[in-house]
Amino acid sequence: MDMFLTTFFNIDIMMQALPLLLKGAVTTLQLCAVVIICGLFGGLMLALGALSPRGWLRWTSVIYIDLFRAIPPLVLLIFVYSGLPFAGLELAPFSAVVIAFFMNNSAYFAEVFRAGINAVPKGQTEAARATGLSPTQTMIHVVLPPAIRNVLPDLLSNTVEVVKLTSLASVVSLSELLYSANMARSVTYNASPLVLAALLYLAVLWPLVRVISRYQRGLAVK
Amino acid sequence: MRFLETFFNPAVIGQYLPDIFAAMWVTIYLAVATVITGVLLGGVLACIRAANLKVVNFFIIVFADIMRALPPLVLILILYFGMPSVGLSLSAEVVIWLVLSAVLTAFAEEIFWGGLTAVPAGQWEAGRATGHSKFQTLIYIALPQAVRMGIPPLVNRILATTKLTALGSVIGVKEILSVASSAQSFSGSATPLTMAAVAYMIIFIPAVIASHWVERRFSYKM
Repeated sequence: MDMFLTTFFNIDIMMQALPLLLKGAVTTLQLCAVVIICGLFGGLMLALGALSPRGWLRWTSVIYIDLFRAIPPLVLLIFVYSGLPFAGLELAPFSAVVIAFFMNNSAYFAEVFRAGINAVPKGQTEAARATGLSPTQTMIHVVLPPAIRNVLPDLLSNTVEVVKLTSLASVVSLSELLYSANMARSVTYNASPLVLAALLYLAVLWPLVRVISRYQRGLAVK
Repeated sequence: MRFLETFFNPAVIGQYLPDIFAAMWVTIYLAVATVITGVLLGGVLACIRAANLKVVNFFIIVFADIMRALPPLVLILILYFGMPSVGLSLSAEVVIWLVLSAVLTAFAEEIFWGGLTAVPAGQWEAGRATGHSKFQTLIYIALPQAVRMGIPPLVNRILATTKLTALGSVIGVKEILSVASSAQSFSGSATPLTMAAVAYMIIFIPAVIASHWVERRFSYKM
């Protein structure tokens, strides 16, 4: 038991590592902000593309979505970070992470938006068009508001996935939370900094996971 | 032309094809093992939760929440680097299998449980009234409907979780990404990374397309 505590919950080591981890957490937050905002926007555009009446746009969007849902995000990241330099495109870790995760996330967010838009009854669109709104106005004022409200829990759970995903950035030595914790582990030969990182992730994500569960239960009961 | 030379070099493809093939089997068996343990345990936990034992349910909920909130890579590093210090060395494959199974168990439990709560109370009462025990009602009446309702989200979650086998590359499992990464540094060419991306597409694109089909086939209409 003692051995377990000193290996995983060594308070002294945790206190030493805390400043480094907090610095890493700031990078994680910045990364999340950029990736989530880009992913939401890109996802919405892709969803609209996938539902477009224009064949080429529809097929490009659908293929993009399926392709990037099939490739693991870490593979995309390694490809962008270590593959593209061979083509003369050298990227800083932060940009590489943002680009790779954008490809992955926008595809996931697109699926969510698409489901939401599809769930809005056709009659609504027809009614809006009949009252003289343009297709764009119909989308913005009539279809999207209820569509987004319907998929709010899915958007939230996707956002949680994005935050979890940013931990992969440690693989390309971007000094975010997990990277800092792993550095601290290798210096101290002790797993406590990793446990501390886990606790920091939990502090932010556990409440969100609770909210998602509540939300889904509420829908089921209705 | 230089683009082809960099990302689709035939000589490099020929040299590393057998390695990538071997790695695909590692990815596939890790994925299959994860799906079997994760889905089964998730179903069992959801059934146990239906028994409404307060203390047991508390632990199930805490487990499911933590596994859904933590980035899997954090757990992988904690198990891989921490456990040897308490005298339990796990091989990298076992660590990946344990962590991914735990994550999938948590999500599957939530999905099945969501399905169970969505089965109307009348069905339970009817089952009990026709002389089934509570357990029989659960197994023969509620669970089949819960599973059916849960299939679309479950398939998506299985895809997301099995793609995480790529995280094995971080701790040296000889799966697709790690074999491709080391091939890339040996050959000094980006081609092995392209091969990895293609290998993942071969495995996962059929799965993504199947998931669209499953979503249409099993979409639950009240």
